[in-house]
Amino acid sequence: MKHVLVARVENKPGVLNRVASLFRRRNFNIISLTVGETEDPAVSRMTIVVDASKTDASMVQRNLLKLINVIDVEDLTHRPAVRRDLVLVKVQSDSETHADLLRLAEAFQAKVADISPDSMVLELTGEEDEVQSFIEGLRPYGILEMMRTGLVAMARGSSEPAYQPGVL
Amino acid sequence: MQLTGAEIIWECLIREGVEVVFGYPGGAILPTYDALSKYPQVHHVLVRHEQGATHAADGYARASGKVGVAMATSGPGATNMVTGLATAMMDSVPIVCITGQVPTSAIGTDAFQETDVTGVTLPITKHNYLVTDVRDLAYIIREAFHIARSGRPGPVLIDIPKNVQNATTEFVFPDENQIRLPGYRPETVIPPEQFEQAIKLINAAERPVILAGHGVLMSNAMRELREFAEKAQIPVAQTLLGLGNFPASHPLCLGMMGMHGEAYVNQAIQEADLLLAFGMRFDDRVTGNVKTYAPKARKIHIEIDPTELNKNVKVDVGIIGDLREVLQHLLPHVEPRDRSAWLARIDEWREDTRRRDILNADSGDALWAVHVIHDLWKATQGQATVVTDVGQHQMWEAQYYHHERPFSLITSGGLGTMGFALPAAIGASFARPDEEIWAVVGDGGFQMTMCELATAVQENRRVRIAIINNGYLGMVRQWQEIFYGRRYNATPLVNPDFVKLAEAFGIPAFRVDRREGVLPAIEAARAVDGPALIDFVVEREEMVYPMVPSGADLHDMIRRPLADERMEVHS
Ligand SMILES: Cc1cc2nc3c(=O)[nH]c(=O)nc-3n(C[C@H](O)[C@H](O)[C@H](O)COP(=O)(O)OP(=O)(O)OC[C@H]3O[C@@H](n4cnc5c(N)ncnc54)[C@H](O)[C@@H]3O)c2cc1C
Ligand SMILES: Cc1ncc(C[n+]2csc(CCOP(=O)(O)OP(=O)(O)O)c2C)c(N)n1
Ligand SMILES: [Mg+2]
Repeated sequence: MKHVLVARVENKPGVLNRVASLFRRRNFNIISLTVGETEDPAVSRMTIVVDASKTDASMVQRNLLKLINVIDVEDLTHRPAVRRDLVLVKVQSDSETHADLLRLAEAFQAKVADISPDSMVLELTGEEDEVQSFIEGLRPYGILEMMRTGLVAMARGSSEPAYQPGVL
Repeated sequence: MQLTGAEIIWECLIREGVEVVFGYPGGAILPTYDALSKYPQVHHVLVRHEQGATHAADGYARASGKVGVAMATSGPGATNMVTGLATAMMDSVPIVCITGQVPTSAIGTDAFQETDVTGVTLPITKHNYLVTDVRDLAYIIREAFHIARSGRPGPVLIDIPKNVQNATTEFVFPDENQIRLPGYRPETVIPPEQFEQAIKLINAAERPVILAGHGVLMSNAMRELREFAEKAQIPVAQTLLGLGNFPASHPLCLGMMGMHGEAYVNQAIQEADLLLAFGMRFDDRVTGNVKTYAPKARKIHIEIDPTELNKNVKVDVGIIGDLREVLQHLLPHVEPRDRSAWLARIDEWREDTRRRDILNADSGDALWAVHVIHDLWKATQGQATVVTDVGQHQMWEAQYYHHERPFSLITSGGLGTMGFALPAAIGASFARPDEEIWAVVGDGGFQMTMCELATAVQENRRVRIAIINNGYLGMVRQWQEIFYGRRYNATPLVNPDFVKLAEAFGIPAFRVDRREGVLPAIEAARAVDGPALIDFVVEREEMVYPMVPSGADLHDMIRRPLADERMEVHS
């Protein structure tokens, strides 16, 4: 089971290092971690996907909050949320497979980012499952290179307080 | 007021109430040392090794409840602080370490004496800072002290490049409410549901035990703990770091739990139907095998740090908050109960421990470490502040020096840092100049930081040093005896003559190898106005009993042999 946490952190040097160091030191199993800027230049946002079969997500949440530079942490696992993952796939193509690949891309509403005589780069943004089945669909054609950004997530609607101290 | 960074450092320290700084100079911190002459109200103690500075700041903090301060230069000065920071981190001690750093322009160039100190100390500090702009300096120092002392206390390091110390800016000491730490909320919110549940469990319990930890001392909850225990008639077991939080002579006091706790204390825990964990973190030396730990007990954990709940032991009710506040909330709802049957049962178990007490055994001509501790306790009437090192002597101190007063035992528990005692005792002596301070230290650990004898002399500290000289790294030898077929590899010590050594430093010193000599030597040491040292040459191969082998079940203790069995053990 995957647990999705969103942490708002102070945009200061070394904060990513502190978070990464925490995960290593406490032996937390993390599937992905993305960082980026937000509406507030003083604040960055991290989406952290925890492998909950190996790591207690509430422990991750509490330990993150203990870092001085972490402002708050939301657990989006069981909340309505927009979840997006972006993948770039460089896949083999030739005159025979070219059209099939374009059809596949169209079916997933993926973009063609680059075309060369023997390969093309496809780009898809979507929910993790969607991205996963897209990748599976491309696999038989020969994936040359692939890169996923990892999940970014945001709660739907107006958000409520992220964390109540004192609640387990 | 236009001030240099160096001046701002001292101005801020003074405003934070700092009276003494333990440190060691060097190139990258020289501007700050140069400015020191303008601030006679701060006393600087020149240690002989930066590790000593951190332990002294630690001892000062534990003895005073205030923030201890240590200072060092960049590179090797700062890396020498690592052990002291890790020690303070493990035991939640508020210290602030200030280190010099190479100029900002040189950072990242492998400059002379450059070390990535904030990187190195990241996992062993509560927080750390690299100051890159002198305008941030006052704010950062203010934040550092606030973070060190609030919530769950801990060490904070501030790394200050040389050019920042030299730069000038307008100095304003920020107001408390100007501290802007959006992600730091040490204050507590107590949810009512957990509360009601806790009260129900407490009032219904037949066989409750309070586990009183270091947190009792940190939150100053000694009175509340006592009221709670007396009102509900609940016996109090203590962690090593909790000793002193409840008077040892109190009828409800059980003493130390865990690996080297007395058997009846652990038996009470294993038989309990309710454990009340007050400011303790279920260290593995406390629980033994967690799978079989207190199997019959519901557990209530009162903790200031949310990450401690359900970390080692799953609990039924977790209350996050300052212990003192939480106890104040709980107290009116706790019902007075007669629990004499439970207390009587514990007393039966206690009888067995009494029969096994080493003090009742015939030692012949031999001087045992416990005799020394016992006589020290008697001579000081349990009122001294004892700072211990790490090893067998530390455990005997915990078992046989019965602490009546809070903050009267200072010891490295979580990290178990050998070499802690002497510098920490020096630090404690600054916090409590009028009190009697004893460093109880092994012959091994003493040699790790004995250079600080010079500091004690230079500062004329009234620190009494009792070396428990068994010619071994005793605690390791004990493990070798039990678990490694008595193969004493790398544990026998060939020691210097500690008396001559002390005398070379100008310290009056005494040697004792017979029981009759113990009290006179203690009295002689007490009469010295300045440091004094006693070399207690004790039986070499004594064992600390009882003992829960590491990872074993808490009730599965190796008991102290009965008095008449001792002869067989030793023949
Ligand atoms: C050789 C050796 C043998 C040892 N054997 C034993 C042994 O037999 N028995 C034993 O007990 N220990 C033993 N120890 C020590 C052990 O390793 C731990 O250091 C000790 O058990 C920790 O005690 P503690 O949990 O009370 O303190 P800490 O580790 O300091 O934990 C204190 C807890 O209190 C919390 N707290 C802080 N402030 C507050 C507040 N205001 N309100 C509420 N909570 C707060 C903190 O968050 C923390 O979780 C031994 C150590 C050595 C070196
Ligand atoms: C810095 C450090 N190194 C190693 C250890 C491991 N260790 C724990 S107790 C001990 C023996 C201590 O010997 P001594 O100081 O003579 O005290 P004794 O046990 O003999 O009383 C050792 C080596 C430690 N705790 N700290
Ligand atoms: Mg020894």
